[in-house]
Amino acid sequence: MKRALFLLAAFFPWPAFAALNIFACEPEWAALAQEIGGDKVAAFAATTARQDPHRIEARPSLIARARNADLVVCSGSELEIGWLPLLLQQSGNARIQRGSPGYLEASQAVARLEIPKVVDRALGDIHPSGNPHVHLDPRNIARIAEALAARLVQIDAANAAYYRERAADFGRRWASALEKWTRLAAPLKGVAVVVYHKDLSYFIAWSGMREAGALEPKPGLPPTPAHLAELIERMKRDPAKAVVFSPFNNPEAARFLSERTGIPAIGLPYTVGGTDKAKDLFGLFDDTIERLLGAAK
Amino acid sequence: MHRNVICAAALAAATAAPLAARAQDAELQRIREEIRQMKDAYERRIEALEKRLQETEARAAKAPEPPSEAPARTASRPAGEGAFNPAVSLILNGTASNLQREPGTFRINGFVPTRGEVAPPRRGLSLGESELALSANVDPLFRGTLMAALKPEGGIEVEEGYMQTLGLSNGLSVKAGRFFSGVGYQNQVHAHAWDFTDAPLVMKAFLGNQLADDGVQVKWVAPTELYMDLGVEAGRGRAFPGTDRSKNGFGSGTLFAHLGGDLGASYAWQVGLSHLRTSPRDRAYEDSDSSGAGVTNSFTGRSRLWALDGVLKWAPEGNSSEVNFKLQGEYFRRSESGSLTYDTQATSLGTQTGAYGSRQSGWYLQGVYQFMPKWRAGYRYDRLNAGATSIGLVNAGALTAADFPILGGYNPKRNTVMVDWSPSEFSRVRLQFARDYSRLGEPDNQIFVQYIMSLGAHGAHKF
Repeated sequence: MKRALFLLAAFFPWPAFAALNIFACEPEWAALAQEIGGDKVAAFAATTARQDPHRIEARPSLIARARNADLVVCSGSELEIGWLPLLLQQSGNARIQRGSPGYLEASQAVARLEIPKVVDRALGDIHPSGNPHVHLDPRNIARIAEALAARLVQIDAANAAYYRERAADFGRRWASALEKWTRLAAPLKGVAVVVYHKDLSYFIAWSGMREAGALEPKPGLPPTPAHLAELIERMKRDPAKAVVFSPFNNPEAARFLSERTGIPAIGLPYTVGGTDKAKDLFGLFDDTIERLLGAAK
Repeated sequence: MHRNVICAAALAAATAAPLAARAQDAELQRIREEIRQMKDAYERRIEALEKRLQETEARAAKAPEPPSEAPARTASRPAGEGAFNPAVSLILNGTASNLQREPGTFRINGFVPTRGEVAPPRRGLSLGESELALSANVDPLFRGTLMAALKPEGGIEVEEGYMQTLGLSNGLSVKAGRFFSGVGYQNQVHAHAWDFTDAPLVMKAFLGNQLADDGVQVKWVAPTELYMDLGVEAGRGRAFPGTDRSKNGFGSGTLFAHLGGDLGASYAWQVGLSHLRTSPRDRAYEDSDSSGAGVTNSFTGRSRLWALDGVLKWAPEGNSSEVNFKLQGEYFRRSESGSLTYDTQATSLGTQTGAYGSRQSGWYLQGVYQFMPKWRAGYRYDRLNAGATSIGLVNAGALTAADFPILGGYNPKRNTVMVDWSPSEFSRVRLQFARDYSRLGEPDNQIFVQYIMSLGAHGAHKF
């Protein structure tokens, strides 16, 4: 009997009830939650750097995780609109519903870029609330860290001092890293890049780089030969320093453009886990800047 | 500047206006008001420009470091009553069909007709049902959804209209209203999200194409890392395999359970087992007896359906945007017992009633492969097994099997292939070819070209 129970427990691993269960839609928020929550939280990333956060399915495994979550942290601004609403509905978990303390949209804590004046699907899959890929501006991470810490304090008041202390420590480390990145990224100012999707806009805005074009003809639509041909022509007149893409993008279009124009194609980590060096949020920015500096020379 | 010019013009216009006639006072008042509005509008624009100039100057002044300040913009929230409008989406779909056999004669031999919308779409070009969906959170406790089908021939049908709870915890959720029953897998998926133009034969034969009942569903998701749910539904039993009638209490009951999870980063799976029981009364269908006369027969008794379903999805490292594969299959088994009344309208050999029992089954397996972005190809195999049907009136010699031709033993099957192209998440164009052996001795070659367009709110589809 005992053995049967043991087997059952192994087959259905029950989550650790001691820690606060955090369901992060993207790896960057899981990393941030772990930075601030330390060993008082168990952060689960619903997606990996290899997955496009726009195109995720409400898989049974994700419903099971959402069912036990105390806090959901997502980018928001319609990035997860194709799957998160279903997870929330199917989870049977009142703690994480929209409007509850257990539901945090990171992009709501910061100023968003590219809020469209005209909302029409003829323009591609645009986000009416603005560009949701807010984590690539390092100043946003600092603001969202504060919002996340406040939420942890609200949900788990017993450990409030612990969260505050860790948040303050993270804030100090982040501020000094930001100073370093600002110095390092100085040569990137004015450097033109071709992006795949508009998922680097916040980094570009922070570093003062210039977006010279996108491989996608319209947001969310895969590159087409006609659009690539037009980009090649544009690069002849106004050459960019690099063509960049994220780990979940097919690198073929970037390489195609690179071969035709001689502009280097560079894979950027995009999020935590996107490259070997991007092990955490600090590594994410270290590596992104380092890779771009290599091209900007 | 601009402002002064406007003021001067306004003053000139005002003083130059003739003052004599009292009737002109109103006109003057109107002009003054217009000028005042123009002035205000210009002032606002100038203020905005000045502010922008100041901001730019401030930014230029305090930007010795390279990174420029991110513009501090926040989304403007829609205000007023319209801000609470539900999410609206509209699905348009149309089909061009080329059918070897007249769709009006469609039947599935060996299986009692369901009177559902099981026949292929009309020959030639036709508009399908347009689906209008409205949904929103009602308050912190409830969410409401309505899916209406606008019929091309006119009329509106409520496909689904239900409320569901948001506020319950411990994995519990309750749904009430009209909704697609949790029996099987594809029954809960809206037709526009199906991977083929039409339903699998098991759904046509056992669920009258798609079963939506009026009722209540309670579902519980287990607190395990492996996904597990258990659900129960109590319904009116208004549609096949049940019959609608005036009765207090419930006319149908469903139980379902699912298990699901991931296998590494690249695979996700789900299996389900469900059971539907209902007791139809006078469930009528049309057939033609041995003399060739059209008769109406009806069944009264109990109907029990078991469904086993499974889905396996593959995408390299979970990234489905380039290539992915979906394997889906369902097995249905139904037993019905009760009485069968022949010729209820007494138009041929007279009304007679006898015992009836059947055990029937069917299954399908389909695979859909996205081989490059936007393009998918799929294959489906359908099979039904008419099994053993016992008709008391035939066994007793009162009538012959030829008086119940549709119930004669036959195992229908169908092969289907399709290719579809989805230039975005919101549009799809499909070409499908099927060789359908639903009718005994009359195989039907079916070609469909179909479009499905989604307008409005971004839909979210179940796994």
